[in-house]
Amino acid sequence: MIVIIDYNVGNVRSVCNAFRYTGCEAKLSCEPETIENAAGLVLPGVAAFGYAVGALGSLAELIKKVALNGKPLLGICVGYQMLFDRSCEHGRHNGLGLISGSVVPVPAEQTVPHMGWNMVTLPDDMELFAGVGKEKHFYFAHSFYADVADSRAKIAYTDYGFNLPASVQKANIYGTQFHPEKSGKTGLKVLKNFAEICKK
Amino acid sequence: MLTKRIIPCLDVKDNRVVKGVNFLNLRDAGDPVELGARYSDSGADELVFLDITATIRSRKTIVELVEKVAENVFIPFTVGGGIQTVDQIDELLRSGAEKVSVNTAAVENPALLTAAAQRFGNQCVVLAIDARRSKEQPDRWQVCVKAGSEPTDIDVVEWAVKAEKLGAGEILLTSMDADGTKAGYDNRLNRAVSNAVNIPVIASGGAGKLEHLYDAIVDGGADAVLMASITHFEQYTIKQMKEYLAGRGIAVNL
Repeated sequence: MIVIIDYNVGNVRSVCNAFRYTGCEAKLSCEPETIENAAGLVLPGVAAFGYAVGALGSLAELIKKVALNGKPLLGICVGYQMLFDRSCEHGRHNGLGLISGSVVPVPAEQTVPHMGWNMVTLPDDMELFAGVGKEKHFYFAHSFYADVADSRAKIAYTDYGFNLPASVQKANIYGTQFHPEKSGKTGLKVLKNFAEICKK
Repeated sequence: MLTKRIIPCLDVKDNRVVKGVNFLNLRDAGDPVELGARYSDSGADELVFLDITATIRSRKTIVELVEKVAENVFIPFTVGGGIQTVDQIDELLRSGAEKVSVNTAAVENPALLTAAAQRFGNQCVVLAIDARRSKEQPDRWQVCVKAGSEPTDIDVVEWAVKAEKLGAGEILLTSMDADGTKAGYDNRLNRAVSNAVNIPVIASGGAGKLEHLYDAIVDGGADAVLMASITHFEQYTIKQMKEYLAGRGIAVNL
């Protein structure tokens, strides 16, 4: 069972709907025991970073612990940004620190938010994109992005006037800046791949 | 490269999609959940649902509608119509909407934009502007509120600039003069606003032919084009629109 962490932010239901649509078992929960027993965890998030970190509260330590013990964890959008060390969205906030890097503003030379469908180049060695193709459009909606500083992380990029990290994988920790649950058929395939990873 | 977006708009009244001309003479266009799922499958980039009744009774209906839509729609969708508080926004986002659009409430209480952006991030906050061209000055537009029924003294371009500073993450810009006429978007309006702000602008009102979409993007500087009549009544499919734009060198998600 995939557990989608329900921590009082928007859009958790969409992620659950998308997993179920692809035939994967998934449920929403914020119970520590359910989280510890899950086959894999999803940390979604439509919220400002500071609000999301505050809402996650004491669950942060638990998620960190189970992820470091090897349980697959997928962060989406702000849930992905929280995997990093820190963010400067509306003030300074610490993240989970599972992947080295900082969340910083998308440069103002571009239209901000980065909103809409952008092409992501998909490296062969990132498990989330197995069978998806060499490059695909995914849906983005964000004003900040993760400046990845982790030499052990694999990164898929999109072009937004610069190489913007669109997805990162570090061992069992996965993240997407885009919304797979809102990226049509391609996004559903990515979620199905994550469900497959959780079965291993 | 970020693609330009094609966004069908579903005006919802009494659980049905309707479409009018210049905000009047509504005509039935189908079931919102069914139409939403069809668009999601047929390559639309995004959807907008506007509750055009926006009463207390319809508020509950729209939350239930959003929940149903979210079970079948795996592209982003925005919900708007009569939204006044951060808690209402929260409820709609939790029900499955990606973004909410606010209009009258933001004019009456601009701090709503800031409160919503701080809590949900500005990418969730769409400012809808219903614009009417000034009779005296052709390059000025006034903001209208309450579903277009009440003109204000507020200048559209000034309001857009202010709203961006307050926290709006996108502007859904409807020309009341062009709406439902199928005579083309008001691209002077679109250009005036898109030049003045750095957030995405969705052009709305007046789409009738494929070249209107191209013109809104190229002449109007729009990041996305919204349409209703030409797609609900199956004059053009989403694929036809995208193939046309791609053929003229516009990046789209085909």
